[in-house]
Amino acid sequence: MAALELKNVRKTYGNAAQEALKGINISIDTGQFLILVGPSGCGKSTLMNAIAGLEDISSGAIILGGEDVTTVEPKDRDIAMVFQSYALYPTMTVRENIAFGLKIRKTPADQIAAEVDRVAKLLQIEHLLERKPSQLSGGQQQRVAMGRALARRPKLYLFDEPLSNLDAKLRVEMRTEIKLMHQRLKTTTVYVTHDQIEAMTLGDRVAVMKDGEVQQFGTPQEIYNNPANLFVASFIGSPPMNFIPVALDQESGRSVVRLQGQGERIAISLPMLQTALADGREAILGIRPEQICIRRGQIGDLPLVSARVQVVEPTGPDTLVYVEVNGVQVCCRLAPVDTPEIGSIVALELDVERLVLFEPASGARIA
Amino acid sequence: MSLSEVQIMRTGTSTSVRKPDRLQKWLPKLVLAPTAVAMIVCLYGYMLWTAVISLTTSRFMPVYNFAGFAQFERLLANDRWIVACKNLAIFGGMFILLCLIIGVFFAILLDQRIRREGFIRTIYLYPMALSMIVTGTAWKWLLNPGLGLDKLLRDWGWEGFRFDWLVDTDRVIYCLLIAAIWQASGFVMAMFLAGLRGVDSAIIRAAQIDGASLPTIYLRIVLPSLRPVFFSAVMILSHIAIKSFDLVMAMTAGGPGYSSDLPAVFMYQHTFTRGQMGLGAASSVLMLGAVLAILVPYLYSELRSKRHG
Amino acid sequence: MADLSRSKRWSFNRIAIHATLLVACAVYLVPLIVMLLTSFKTPDDVRTGNLLTLPVDWTLIGWIKAWSTVHEYFWNSFMITVPAVIISTFIGALNGYALSKWSFKGSNVLFSMLLFGCFIPFQVILLPMSFTLGKLGLANTTTGLVLVHVIYGLAFTTLFFRNYYVGIPDALIKAARLDGAGFFTIFWKILLPLSTPIVMVSLIWQFTQVWNDFLFGVVFASGSAQPITVALNNLVNTSTGAKEYNVDMAAAMIAALPTLLVYIFAGKYFVRGLTSGVVKG
Repeated sequence: MAALELKNVRKTYGNAAQEALKGINISIDTGQFLILVGPSGCGKSTLMNAIAGLEDISSGAIILGGEDVTTVEPKDRDIAMVFQSYALYPTMTVRENIAFGLKIRKTPADQIAAEVDRVAKLLQIEHLLERKPSQLSGGQQQRVAMGRALARRPKLYLFDEPLSNLDAKLRVEMRTEIKLMHQRLKTTTVYVTHDQIEAMTLGDRVAVMKDGEVQQFGTPQEIYNNPANLFVASFIGSPPMNFIPVALDQESGRSVVRLQGQGERIAISLPMLQTALADGREAILGIRPEQICIRRGQIGDLPLVSARVQVVEPTGPDTLVYVEVNGVQVCCRLAPVDTPEIGSIVALELDVERLVLFEPASGARIA
Repeated sequence: MSLSEVQIMRTGTSTSVRKPDRLQKWLPKLVLAPTAVAMIVCLYGYMLWTAVISLTTSRFMPVYNFAGFAQFERLLANDRWIVACKNLAIFGGMFILLCLIIGVFFAILLDQRIRREGFIRTIYLYPMALSMIVTGTAWKWLLNPGLGLDKLLRDWGWEGFRFDWLVDTDRVIYCLLIAAIWQASGFVMAMFLAGLRGVDSAIIRAAQIDGASLPTIYLRIVLPSLRPVFFSAVMILSHIAIKSFDLVMAMTAGGPGYSSDLPAVFMYQHTFTRGQMGLGAASSVLMLGAVLAILVPYLYSELRSKRHG
Repeated sequence: MADLSRSKRWSFNRIAIHATLLVACAVYLVPLIVMLLTSFKTPDDVRTGNLLTLPVDWTLIGWIKAWSTVHEYFWNSFMITVPAVIISTFIGALNGYALSKWSFKGSNVLFSMLLFGCFIPFQVILLPMSFTLGKLGLANTTTGLVLVHVIYGLAFTTLFFRNYYVGIPDALIKAARLDGAGFFTIFWKILLPLSTPIVMVSLIWQFTQVWNDFLFGVVFASGSAQPITVALNNLVNTSTGAKEYNVDMAAAMIAALPTLLVYIFAGKYFVRGLTSGVVKG
C-alpha cells in the first residue's frame, strides 16, 4: 500500500488563470524518502503545504496511508513538518517546544516526558532542553525542529528546505545526519529543496518540478542518467550537463552528428538513434562533463574531436577543463593528473553510449 | 434498515466528523464579523446617513424631506463658514509648515551626538501626551491679555509691551497656532529623528570623503531621502488641523465673535447647539471631502509603492 | 547617522547647538511650569504676581477646590477609559491575528476599509451615532461612551496588531497547526506571549486617545456622565463669577496627570505607538 498518494492534485490561486499545481500524480511507499526539487516558484512548496493541509487544493485527492485526507484539517492528518526557518515557538523552552504537540493531543504527562527524553537522546540535545530557542545556534535549532517532528511519531514527515539557513559546512553535516536518521528510523518523508545535491544524496525517489508540473519522477540515478527532458538534464548535476547544438544526419547507414572544435568537423555515430529520425533536423546534444575524456594520441579508430583549452579550473578532486565545440563552451571533468595546458589543443573522446538528444524548441527527449 | 435510514446515518456521522473542521475554517471570519459589521454600519453607513441628512431641511430633529443641495448652497453663502474655512487655511497651512521647520531643525540638532539626548527628546514630546483641552487651558492663561505673557514682560521691564491677540479678531487665530505648534512640533521632531537614524551612514561618509560640508550633506543627501517621513508628517499634521476642535473650544470657543471658528467648531455648534442639523451635516460632508482629497492620493501612493517594492 | 562630528571636544558649534536645544527645552517646559506655579497660588497672588513668579505662600486651595469640582468626572473618565482600552485592545489583537494569519478572500478589502477608518473626521458620524445612542438608551451614559470609543478605536488597535503580527513568521502558525493547535490555542499559546510590546503600545495609545477625548464626550455625554475633559472645559469657560485661575490650572493638571504619568513611565511605547500609527504596512 502506498504511504502517500497524490492523485491529479491541482491548485489555482484566486481568479488568476495561472495554475500553481497542474495535476500532480506521485505515489511513494512506506519508509521511502521523496524529494521534491525544482527552481523557486515551481510549486514544490505549494505541494508540500497541500500535503500538510495548510493550503486547500482546487481538485484531486491526497491519500495518506490509504485514507483520503483531502479535506481533513492539518492537525488531524498525523503529519509533522520541519520548516526552513525552524519555526520554534520563541517563548517556550526546547522541552516545551518538543512537548507542545503531545500536550495539545492530551498525551499523559509521563508519556510526554519519556518521549521528550527519547527524542533528545536521539538528536543529542539533552543538555539544551531547558534553553529558549534564541539561546541556540542555527544547527541546534535545526535539531530541535527535527525533534519536535519526531516526538509525535507521525505517519509522514515533511521537510521544507530545512538546511538552507545553515552555513555550507553545517549543511553537509546535517545532510548526512538526516540520511542516517532516515536509515535508522525508516520514516516516510517528503523533503523539499532547490538544491540538486541534496536531492541526489538524500532521496529514494525524486520528483523534479517546474511550473507546477512534475517533469520527471524516479530514483536519483534514473534522473541523472536518463533525464526526461532538457530542463531535468540542466537542473540536475553539477557542473551542469553540456548542451551542444547539432544536426542529426546519416552517414553510411548510421545516424551521426558532426562536431567541430579546432579543426575538421568530425562525425560521431549515435548507436541509440533510429536512422529514420536522422533527417537533418536540428537537435541539442547533451553530455555530462565526466563523460568526456581527453586523449593524447589516437587509440583505435574512435573519432576524436580536437579543441583548444580555454579555461582550467582545478577543484581539488578533479579539474574542470573548458573547450569550445560547435560554438559553445563545453566543460570536461578530468582527473587532476592529466591536466592540459591552457591554449593547447586536445582530443576529446565522448562516451557515445550515454549521450542524450533533445528537441531544441520543446526540450523533449529525442533519444 | 431502509436506504434512506442508511443515508441519514451516513450524513449524520460525516457531519459530526466534519463539523469542527468547518468551524475552524469559519472562526477567523466569525472573529472579524463584529468589527466588520461595526465598521460598515458605524463608519460607512453613518457617513451615508450624514450625507442624506445634509440633503434635507433638518433643524432640531432629522426630517427626510429632500431639499437637494440647498444646505450646501446656504453653507457656501454663509459668512461664518467662509471665515472658518479661511481660518483653517491659515491655521492648517502655517501649522504644517512651522511644525515641519521646527521639527526638522531640532531633529537635526538632536542628531549631533547630544548629551542627555533622551531627556531632551522627552521634554520636546511631552505636550503630545496632553489633551488639547489642557493645552488650550494652559495657553489661554499664558496668553491672557492683562495677566499672562503681557504682564510678565512688563514686569521684566518692557514697559510698553502689549499682547492681546487672544481678543483681537484678526490675530486670535495665531494664538491657536502657537498652542497647536507647541503641542505637535515635538512629535514631528521625533518622526524625523527616527528617520535620520535610519539613513545609511555609509552614504554620509561617502559624501564627507567627497568633500561635502555638513549643511550640504543634510540639504542635498539626507533630507531628500526622508521624503516618506515628510509625507507621513504632512498627512498626520493636516489630519490634526482639519479635526482640531478641542483646542478652539478650550481657548476661544470660536470667539471673539466667530473670528476663530474652524470647520469642526462650525459643525458642532450648528448641529448640536443651534438646531441647524442639515447645515451642520453639510459642513461635515465637506470636511470629509477635504480629508479624502488629501488621503486618497496618499493611500494610493502608499499602496503603489508597496506593490512595487 | 550620528557619527558626523568626529571630534567630541567642545567647539563653538557644539556649544551653540547645546544652548539652542536647552533654550527650546525651556520653551517647551514653560506652559507646564506656569500651570504648576499658578495652581499653587492664592487668587490674590495670581493677580499681583506674574506667570513666572513663585507663589508667595504655597497653598493647595486651588487643588482642593478643583478636585471637589471635577473628581466625579475624573472617575467618569476612568470608568470610560479602562473598559474601552481593554476591550478595544483585546478585539484589536484578535482582529489583527485573524487578518494577518488567516487571511481569506476579502480580508484585504476589510483591512483597507479599517485603515480608512483611522483617518475619518469623526464629525461625519456624530449625528447618526447620537441618534443610535439615544435609541439604545445610552445617551449621556459612560457605557455609551465606552461603546463609541471601542468602535472607533478598533481601526487603530487592529492596525497595530495586524502590522505587528505580519512580522511574525507564518511558519510558526503552520507548525502549531500541525502540532494540533486550533485558532484560539495558537492565539493564546503562541502569539499572545510574543505580543507584550504591541499590547503596551495599544494600551497606551488607546489610553491617551480615550482619556484626552473631548469631541465624543461633549457630544454624547453631558451632565453627570461627562468625562474630565468636558468638565474641565466647562469649568474654564464659564463666564459667571470671578475667574479663579489657580483652580483652572489645578483642574487642568488633574486632567493631564494620568496621561503625563503614562508618558513618563512608558514613553518608549508611547512614541512607538505614535509613529507606528503613521507608518503602515
